[in-house]
Amino acid sequence: MNTTIDRDAVTFENAEVIIGLEVHVQLRTGSKLFCPCSTTFGSEPNTQTCPVCTGMPGTLPVLNEQALKLSIKAGLAIGCEIARYTKWDRKNYFYPDLPKGYQISQFDQPICGEGGIECTIPKSDLPPQTIRIERAHLEEDAGKSIHDESGKGGQSKIDLNRTGTPLLEIVTRPDIRSAEQARAFLNELKLILQYVDVSDCNMQEGSLRCDANVNLHIDVDGEKIATPIVEIKNLNSFRAAERAIEFESKRQFKKWKSSGEAIGDAPKQTRGWDDGAQKTVVQREKEESADYRYFPDPDLIAFVVSDELLDEVRQTVGSLPPQLRELLTTEYGLGSYDAGLIVSQGREVVDYFLAVANKAGSDKLALGKKAANWISQEVMRYLNENQTTIGNYPVTADQLAELLARIESGDIDQSRAKEVLAKMETENCDVDTAFQALGIVKVDAGELDSLCQQLIADNPKTVQEVKDGKMKAVGSLIGQARKINSNVNPGELRNKLLEIIAAS
Amino acid sequence: MTDTETNSIQSLVARIKSGETSPIACVVDSINQIRQRNDDLFAFISDCEADALAQATELESAIKSGTDPGPLAGVPIAIKDGICTRGHTTTAGSKMLETFVPPYDATIVTRLKQAGAICIGKTNLDEFAMGSSTENSAFGTSKNPWSTDCVAGGSSGGSAAAVSGLFAPAAIGSDTGGSIRQPASFCGITGLKPTYGRVSRYGLMAFASSLDQIGPMAWSAQDNALLMNVLAGHDEKDSTSSREPVPDYLASLPQPIRGLRIGICEQHMAEGLDDEVRKSVADAIGLLQDLGAEIKNVSLPHSQYAVATYYVVAPCEASSNLSRYDGVRYTARESADDLKAMYSKTRKSNFGEEVTRRILLGTYSLSSGYDHELYKKASKVRRLIKQDYDNAFADVDLIAGPTVPTTAFKIGQHAQDPLAMYLADIYTASANLAGIPAISLPCGFSAGGLPIGLQLQANMFDEAKLLQTGHQYQTQTDWHTRRPQP
Repeated sequence: MNTTIDRDAVTFENAEVIIGLEVHVQLRTGSKLFCPCSTTFGSEPNTQTCPVCTGMPGTLPVLNEQALKLSIKAGLAIGCEIARYTKWDRKNYFYPDLPKGYQISQFDQPICGEGGIECTIPKSDLPPQTIRIERAHLEEDAGKSIHDESGKGGQSKIDLNRTGTPLLEIVTRPDIRSAEQARAFLNELKLILQYVDVSDCNMQEGSLRCDANVNLHIDVDGEKIATPIVEIKNLNSFRAAERAIEFESKRQFKKWKSSGEAIGDAPKQTRGWDDGAQKTVVQREKEESADYRYFPDPDLIAFVVSDELLDEVRQTVGSLPPQLRELLTTEYGLGSYDAGLIVSQGREVVDYFLAVANKAGSDKLALGKKAANWISQEVMRYLNENQTTIGNYPVTADQLAELLARIESGDIDQSRAKEVLAKMETENCDVDTAFQALGIVKVDAGELDSLCQQLIADNPKTVQEVKDGKMKAVGSLIGQARKINSNVNPGELRNKLLEIIAAS
Repeated sequence: MTDTETNSIQSLVARIKSGETSPIACVVDSINQIRQRNDDLFAFISDCEADALAQATELESAIKSGTDPGPLAGVPIAIKDGICTRGHTTTAGSKMLETFVPPYDATIVTRLKQAGAICIGKTNLDEFAMGSSTENSAFGTSKNPWSTDCVAGGSSGGSAAAVSGLFAPAAIGSDTGGSIRQPASFCGITGLKPTYGRVSRYGLMAFASSLDQIGPMAWSAQDNALLMNVLAGHDEKDSTSSREPVPDYLASLPQPIRGLRIGICEQHMAEGLDDEVRKSVADAIGLLQDLGAEIKNVSLPHSQYAVATYYVVAPCEASSNLSRYDGVRYTARESADDLKAMYSKTRKSNFGEEVTRRILLGTYSLSSGYDHELYKKASKVRRLIKQDYDNAFADVDLIAGPTVPTTAFKIGQHAQDPLAMYLADIYTASANLAGIPAISLPCGFSAGGLPIGLQLQANMFDEAKLLQTGHQYQTQTDWHTRRPQP
């Protein structure tokens, strides 16, 4: 400890937060990593177990290759190098919910090597930054211990349903510099994983879990002092991750101010996030790093990733969020906010958008922005209100494109079109049927002309106001006209009225 | 009818199929033998009377209805108690698993049942197969049927005693460093350790997963061949089991061995070898030469490190494999105030001394800071040992030598000296480290009347050559037809 430092003079602005994340993603395999048991969430305890995942003597693991394929797919999606040779190692430790006394994991030859994803902090001027991925490895999950929390010393129970569920552990480099950036990274990671459909990323069900390693680099007269690293566990939502990191960085700063403790002075600590109290609390001090006695699992053979397999998986990856944002801004004229909004709704919504915007014969750049508005407002509202997904949306992309074309051609105005869309949604019908149901017919030129003549005749005072240059007055005429015939197009009507008044 | 015939599996199956005897009669006979003599020899930890009789009854109706009852129809078989049998206690010779009843059969148990063999009992072994004498069993020591003062060997000593003591014509053992071959040698029977991956390990309670291999034990090479036809083959439940096609092991038996190149490893005939063993083995090799085999010298320079390497690799894997016996689920459990104390008390009170020693050895050898000097170095030496064999098998088909440096030792003789006990593995452990197959054949008796074994080793998946050579040797010798006086 450097005693010559005047810590009182140092403010939080001098501290840089250094964050690395470990994200556990449950892969969507249907069955466990080394046995055929189901991985369905929420079943009765110990109903999804077999001799293999309960670690009975003599049983042996057999790799679920689907899990490896999904890991490769996830790895490709986050820009990782895919190992061509990968193997399994045992991580040895005792815990009641770890039935074999070791976890099958990957130690020195993980399936995914270095990678990275670019992320942007929303509503900030900071440029997008790449967060590097150190590695991603496949491992089996442990079970769940259920302790008696009444304080009466009741028996602890163990549920092994989760034991053996395939997890991909994605480890970042300590590249993250703020709680907001951590959240932005997590959002982008989750979005990418959902795009490639490797996991449902449901945090409530534990299919996406996150730990954060946090410390500070404090600048004291040009000299950087690092605080002891703290690992925060129990981050059960991205919001919790953001709050916990924020809390923790301030706590570490205060602690340093009072104690001056730097990295090396204190052991690495594990803290848990208490969501109720909104603070991190000590779980355990790692006096020395645990010795897991890793060694290659002799029950499993190394896996060689062939060119064929890699190609096969690569072909299933498809376009990813960054590429789609780029596509939507450059080819469809969307602003980056709108593009981000559409892409954040998932691949199916993007596909729906593209189908609308690509409607034959239309100008993509012109229609793109309109399609984006309709989808992000009307369509998304429907999906949210009905708690459903775009796959179940009653209006096909073709029909929405048709409706937008009718607006474009002047058959109908925006507000009327919303009524039409609502009709299409509730009646599950096409544009024409909705028009009919709402009595919408195109007002022809003669009809429009006589309507205008009548309005001008009935409202001499208003006409005079218009003539005097008070153009707004024409609005009241339009209002009256729509009461007489709701099908008139306000734009056309306005032009016609002005034309007649000017000529009179 | 001679002894050989009554104890040959092939003739027994023929007599069962012809109706001369019946599966029930065979089972009843075996069970009676166990009742009458197991207290003396302690070959078995438990018998399987009810299940065996039920299976025999089923087989009889199959035979009557003309259904093919399988190549081992009605053959009573003794199975090492480290191999899981559904619904029947499987202890691995440990107090830890005294009451453990597996809800599944090991793959080889399923295969044997499908072939018509009937498991009549579970045989004694050193706890978790760690030992060379069954003295490490929590339940008692198996005695050598040739001299009950002596050990039957280990760890598959119960299986060897079950065959040699005439309880059953066939037994299943497992071999991690010599655990089939050494007791076969001590008990005057034939035992084969197959190539690693040739026989499924599913259901074998793991000692050292990369070394463990299940194999047959019976009087003759021919019976071993018959058993191998049933045991060998890929198992989708064992990722390390091989997809290499399985030959008909009986088919090659009649072929003469003229021109077969047999290597003699000088390192295996060196000091420490008992003179009587040396002479019998030399005579056996002479006979093979008479049968037309070409004898050559081979060198296995790293074999001197085999025992040291073995005693790093095996305990490392064991320390991890035995972690599951923690008192939480199916094992014994000692009560204690907290979790750590429960673990410690349960493991301390229910593992024997040798198992504890090996868990400690293995844990130490894998620990950060020591693993490079121990586990990783041993893994490197293991590759060198394999390379020695690769080089040797470029020149020869088989390597011949003694199975064990001595005949069966006295019960208690090495009990206080683990290192002396470990040397019983000196000629056998390297086959496990290299993954190659090896067989032990009876090739003589000491002046004291104790059997001596000849070991033949072959290249990967060359079991057929071992069995063929063994069979050809046994057509010219009667060592395997001798029986101990009951």
